[in-house]
Amino acid sequence: MSLSRRDFIKANAVAAAAATAGVAVPAAPVLAAEDDTGIRWDKTACRFCGTGCSVLVGVKDGRVVATQGDPDAPVNRGLNCIKGYFLTKIMYGQDRLTKPLLRKKNGAFAKDGDFEEVSWDEAFTVMADKWKAALKAKGPTSVGMFGSGQWTLWEGYAASKLIKGGFRSNNLDPNARHCMASAVGAFMRAFGIDEPMGCYDDLEHADAFVLWGANMAEMHPILWSRLTNTRLTKPGCEVHVLSTFENRCFELADNGIVFVPQTDLAITNYIANYIIQNEAYNKDFVENHVNFNKTATDIGYGLRPEHPLEQKAANPGKGKFEKVGFEEFARLVEPYTLDYTAELSGVPKDQLEKLARAYADPKKKVSSYWTMGFNQHSRGVWVNGNVYNIHLLMGKISEPGNGPFSLTGQPSACGTAREVGTFAHRLPADLVVGKDAHRAFAEKTWKLPEGTINPEVGFHAVLMHRKMKDGELNCYWQQCNNNMQAAANMNDESYPGWRNPDNFVTVSDPYPTVSAMAADLILPTAMWAEKEGAYGNAERRTQFWRQQVKAPGESRSDAWQTMEFAKYFTVEEVWPEELIAKMPEYRGKTLYDVLFANGQVDKFPYEGKIVDDRGNEYANDESEYFGYYVQKGLFEEYRLFNSAADIPKKGHEMAEFDAYHKNRGLRWPVINGKETLWRFRGGYDPHVEGDETVVRFYGNADGRANVIFAPYEPPAESPDDEFDLWLCTGRVLEHWHSGSMTRRVPELYRAVPDAVVYMNPKDARKRRLRDGSKVTVSTRRGELVTRVETRGRNRPPEGLVFVPWFDASRLVNKLTLDATDPLSKETDYKKCACKVEKA
Amino acid sequence: MSTDKETSGTSANWLKSRRKFLADMARTACGVGLFGLAVGLYAEKSRALPPTALRPPGALPENDFLAACVRCGICVRDCPYDILKLATLGEEVATGTPYFTARTGPCEMCEDIPCIVNCPTGALDTGLKDIAKARMGLAVVVDHESCIAFQGLRCEICFNTCPVRGKAIKLEYRANKRSGKHALFVPVVYSGDCTGCGLCEKACILEAAAIKVLPIALARGALGHHYRLGWEQQGEAGRPLVTPDQEHRYNLPDGVHYEHSGRGLVVDEPAAPAPGAGDTPFSSNPLDTLNRGIGGAK
Repeated sequence: MSLSRRDFIKANAVAAAAATAGVAVPAAPVLAAEDDTGIRWDKTACRFCGTGCSVLVGVKDGRVVATQGDPDAPVNRGLNCIKGYFLTKIMYGQDRLTKPLLRKKNGAFAKDGDFEEVSWDEAFTVMADKWKAALKAKGPTSVGMFGSGQWTLWEGYAASKLIKGGFRSNNLDPNARHCMASAVGAFMRAFGIDEPMGCYDDLEHADAFVLWGANMAEMHPILWSRLTNTRLTKPGCEVHVLSTFENRCFELADNGIVFVPQTDLAITNYIANYIIQNEAYNKDFVENHVNFNKTATDIGYGLRPEHPLEQKAANPGKGKFEKVGFEEFARLVEPYTLDYTAELSGVPKDQLEKLARAYADPKKKVSSYWTMGFNQHSRGVWVNGNVYNIHLLMGKISEPGNGPFSLTGQPSACGTAREVGTFAHRLPADLVVGKDAHRAFAEKTWKLPEGTINPEVGFHAVLMHRKMKDGELNCYWQQCNNNMQAAANMNDESYPGWRNPDNFVTVSDPYPTVSAMAADLILPTAMWAEKEGAYGNAERRTQFWRQQVKAPGESRSDAWQTMEFAKYFTVEEVWPEELIAKMPEYRGKTLYDVLFANGQVDKFPYEGKIVDDRGNEYANDESEYFGYYVQKGLFEEYRLFNSAADIPKKGHEMAEFDAYHKNRGLRWPVINGKETLWRFRGGYDPHVEGDETVVRFYGNADGRANVIFAPYEPPAESPDDEFDLWLCTGRVLEHWHSGSMTRRVPELYRAVPDAVVYMNPKDARKRRLRDGSKVTVSTRRGELVTRVETRGRNRPPEGLVFVPWFDASRLVNKLTLDATDPLSKETDYKKCACKVEKA
Repeated sequence: MSTDKETSGTSANWLKSRRKFLADMARTACGVGLFGLAVGLYAEKSRALPPTALRPPGALPENDFLAACVRCGICVRDCPYDILKLATLGEEVATGTPYFTARTGPCEMCEDIPCIVNCPTGALDTGLKDIAKARMGLAVVVDHESCIAFQGLRCEICFNTCPVRGKAIKLEYRANKRSGKHALFVPVVYSGDCTGCGLCEKACILEAAAIKVLPIALARGALGHHYRLGWEQQGEAGRPLVTPDQEHRYNLPDGVHYEHSGRGLVVDEPAAPAPGAGDTPFSSNPLDTLNRGIGGAK
């Protein structure tokens, strides 16, 4: 019999299932492939989360007809989550925008007009007039751009160059400010260099996993699948999950901990205290690789300065920390005893001890993961740092299985938001606008006159909305995200600024999102496989893809838009005479000429098509239009910041452009073609001399990492008699962020159509509510009507409700508070006070 | 509708032939007896409920239900989600009886079960007070090959949608031998808790659902009466049915032990920490810790 065992089992499974179902099995092979002739397959990175799964995209007749998980990708080995499964459909929603739309009345722009189709030239002419007027009246700080961790590398780089090098404004911030700015802040404070030291291989090498405010099961589905496999197959492996409500990670948890919001600050200090009290810390490591510090306290909540909480704070916004020594540090964490911490956090003592033991056991390799629970936190930088403290005390860092790892939410939060310098204070490759040497290096690399770049930090995301409301930021351009839906306190702080008659708001998006509807000008935008792109995932892996299909109608990529818009300004219109006088050869030129046709970006010829190693041909619309290989030029100029001989900061080295098209990503630093898996340790990191016993945190001048004591301080708003519940917001597996793509996939919409309020059944009963009851959820700032879910995937404890934010028809950010971490300026979306009443 | 001549000509011809057909039919079917026979046959066929039609919660077994249901439509009226329908003439479901279709309109499992409350005949059991005890059907993962969870993709939408969370559908974790690095999250339905509401079938993201709610009689297998599952019987009894063995002893080298009902052969951890260390894994002598990692020290 020629039937293989596998086929036999398969056939039996089908027959059994079919018999149960009363279905006849077709005679033909069940898994016969569709007709795949004529499909061209090529690799891309998934459009969604920071995991960075590689996906093969199948194109036929100019359309993406199928995708598959890339079996040769090290991250996902052929797998995808349910969002990745539907990538084929995200570009083909019925309401794709195909023409620029401008609010007009009687043939001219009017803030209160209706949207009318216009040409790109009219769109940019009107927009440029507004920008010029603002620049003339109020200077560079009156214009700004809000970008994205979903931008491709070169889109972010081009935007950074235009806003910082062209308009001389630092008002450029990515939506990553809402996402992992706290992680960035803590990396810089502790290690002097950004991004995790470890990589995803820690998932196979750790003995214990600790999730601090990361619902990996839903938000990083494929990584969770790897973690689960390790838990299932490695003897003694344990999983600790901490959250303010039970989520899907608790299904696997050996130690599932639900704590009172904000008390993670105390729990982390308790663990440090436990380690010290039990003398379990790694003395050798602490002596040789660590400095002890304490941070300034009572730092406020990042609200407007006139807010009573800011008035009350002793050191609002103060991030300074001072050296204290080990004994002083030990004394500072001493109050965080088991009794005190259990009382404050509501966590049973045995669970706290179990967690502390996992960290303190010198034989256990521990990997800590976190995302928004830690980052969207009014003490986000502190609490990130507190976990570094634990790892540094134990020396459990920078080696396989041991390390703290900040997971990123967005596909290129690392690659674009962080690495190419799209934050209000940053320049490419970890350089900052506040340092003279860094600005000088950027100006030299960009061939700009000395003094071009503004030394003042620009407006961060939340401040942009405040400044728009106050009429100080008058021109705002949002690309590749949906900030009207995403930013907190929409009624009081977002919408008023966008609709302020003094302001002109442009939104670039493929779809009519909530943001687009609130804008004055909408620019139809090419997305994902409609352009050549690159993303950098959470493990420092940079992945490239080619343009697979054409964008519909007149849609253009963000890179094209940014570069084309630069043509509408001459240097005389944006630069003062004394600056031009330093480089008179720029006189009369446009910003496009100066920034992009500069002999560097336009250096690589475009042959009219892109050809892969198999002879397949691809279009490249930007290169076709501008007449040179745009993406290569932008990337190679960016590389001058991270790989040139005279760079101010080492450690971000990348391979040349062409190398990335030939593989499924490389983890930087890439030196001589070799990628780096674990940083700061000899043998693994080319910047550290010696074998794997040698550790050097070379981001800091003395090679030491900073342990920084940060205490527990209460949240900005807690439940009281009137608003008696904690409101926590977040995501669900099926929908990506604001749902602008996934809600246009019919199957995903059907699976999870609306945002519900997840609630404890006892809390529901107390309010005479049932599962499915229609309720009003309200805070001091706004309300929404939704339905109660008491049986769902998230199981809040009594006193807390959870509402996801993907639903454009139920905007939970009308309710949230715009309190931020005063250091990272990242909003705390996880904690405010609300009430739930029958609607 | 159309003014096109050819089309209207065609429909005129069609009308003519239809008229002729009806006349012929009338001539042929001249007796009411024949009509009666047809109705009888139809009624017979309708008694066999098609597998996609599910009865409301609390419905009596199908034959009893058909006998008791007076086709009043009150349950349909009382369904707040409008998912219940009354079968119309020509459907495979007995005319006038209530049913729903999981893929297009599943039962939302209202806690107060409003569809039952006003049933005048008890065709829907008004004694059913807990919707979680309803048994409208049983979900079955009918196709393990098209269900993407079986391939290791992270879907689990049926599991996430299930209102009897974590009980009616559980995820079984299996190692993914193909990738070697990931796990499979395979949905498994448990009949003891599945109400047959159909929310999972509706939510299934495949073009044709891989999980389907079927009438219970179709969906269930049955273990032979001659056999029991030992671990389940022991669990029900709360104790072993037969006295357990005395303690086993083994010839073993130093450094390993054997767990009879546990992991089997286990290599022991190196020597336990000094006594008095309590429940921490650390030596009570700080010097042991302080000197760790320093060259030459143990």
